[in-house]
Amino acid sequence: MAKAKITFTDIDQTVNVPAGTRVIEVSEKIGAGIIYGCREGDCGTCMMHVEEGWNNLTEPSVLEEKVLRENMASRHDRLACQAQILGDCRVKPA
Amino acid sequence: MNAAVAADSTSELVRPGEALEVAPGVHWIGALDPTLRTFDIILRTANGTTYNAYLVRGTEGVAVIDTVKAGFADDFFARLESVARYDEIRVIVLNHLEPDHSGALPELMRRAPQARLYISTRATSMLKALLKPNEDERPFEYQTVGTGDAVSLGDRTLRFLHTPFLHWPDTQCTYLVEEGVLFSGDVFGCHHCDSRLFNDRCGDFRFAFDYYYAHIMRPFKTHVMKALSLIEPLPLKLVAPTHGPILRDRPRRYLTRYRELSSASFTERLDDTHKTLLIFYMSSYGNTARMAEAIRDGAEETAGVRVSLYDLEGGELAPFVDLIESADALALGSPTINGDAVKPIWDLLSSLAVIDLKGKLGAAFGSYGWTGEAVRMIEDRMRGLKMRVPVAGLRIKLIPTEAELDDCRAFGRALAAAMTGADAGQTTELADLA
Repeated sequence: MAKAKITFTDIDQTVNVPAGTRVIEVSEKIGAGIIYGCREGDCGTCMMHVEEGWNNLTEPSVLEEKVLRENMASRHDRLACQAQILGDCRVKPA
Repeated sequence: MNAAVAADSTSELVRPGEALEVAPGVHWIGALDPTLRTFDIILRTANGTTYNAYLVRGTEGVAVIDTVKAGFADDFFARLESVARYDEIRVIVLNHLEPDHSGALPELMRRAPQARLYISTRATSMLKALLKPNEDERPFEYQTVGTGDAVSLGDRTLRFLHTPFLHWPDTQCTYLVEEGVLFSGDVFGCHHCDSRLFNDRCGDFRFAFDYYYAHIMRPFKTHVMKALSLIEPLPLKLVAPTHGPILRDRPRRYLTRYRELSSASFTERLDDTHKTLLIFYMSSYGNTARMAEAIRDGAEETAGVRVSLYDLEGGELAPFVDLIESADALALGSPTINGDAVKPIWDLLSSLAVIDLKGKLGAAFGSYGWTGEAVRMIEDRMRGLKMRVPVAGLRIKLIPTEAELDDCRAFGRALAAAMTGADAGQTTELADLA
């Protein structure tokens, strides 16, 4: 299975994960600072900023884009409960 | 008391069916709820509460700012009708969509269909979820606003201030420029019902003001500070919150009080040179206590970390909550009894919703007899409270051996390393994470 590296820059920790893993599945286990509310893409609590590897995450859905807009997301922000890791990336809490 | 003052104070009493002028062309059209004793499950209300709504008249129309809880809609509409016609209403502002302020909104919009609703950007999803129109009704139309946006009533201007999380994500304040009136929503409010309505007339509500802050605003201190930076520069003659007395006598005192209450967590840190770790434990036979002491010993080996150890059995919760608010990390130790962490641990954890825990580190440990679920449960709760749990919890079966106490010291060192950032730069396999 393809592997990818995700680095949580707020705690400077990197995790090797199988491609397709959701960020939420990793960030809590490693103790990164991204926090979660509803865990289903509705509340916007888990917004994260993608510092590198924006194109190495799955595309946001229409619903995720709507929630990002409502929460005044800046460029390259995503919801950690929705984004799946396809290749190397670096993220931090938004 | 002379006759002029007596007449003045009588005219300022809230009366059924009558609006009360609180500033030139600004009327209170809210409702009194003197018999309420519990608000929103979490707040006790010895004096009941008020649902404050306001009406502002300009040369080019009328604005209604906030409404009331649904059960008090008749009071609200009667007071509104005493000072305006529905066809005069051009603007409706909802500073906060909680049902105690949006309860009369659907009916108000039916009676004043020409009016435009102004809400904050964050309020849109709540509006749709709170006010679900029937299939045969048209959906609510609204305009979202933020800091710097304004709406004119001819000779009067309402300016909006984006003040999220005071007390929901949607909250905003509205400022009537020409009169220096701030319609503050829940900010600067309290649950205190008094028909004398103004802060210089009504009974002593200082405890209610602080109590309301402690339960509603305290979790959002950083947001309070941001909001104060927007509000403090404004010329202020009167602060008109959605609950409790209207603040016309020295309104800035209440801004100052909010700044004092919100600054506490920054100024009351133990010191600025150490990261602080608090360890709390409960122990039946001394095993979890021995773990706690070993974890403390391990953590204290790390320079720059200051550790405090407390037996939860010997303290009251409120001062512990204050300590946790200003700490960097929290470790909780509990034995497992009947498949659960013990009640004092849950009592402490359920008391933490009133403080901001984001970014604090959490850790759990405990001795157990045969199943040991407590540690995982505490970790899950800590994550639920938005704490980071950087080190997997430590469970030891019954009496810890010397080797297991070494594990406890290593656990303390690992937690301290996460606190100081000494563990940075590592790469881990997902499968190796607990």
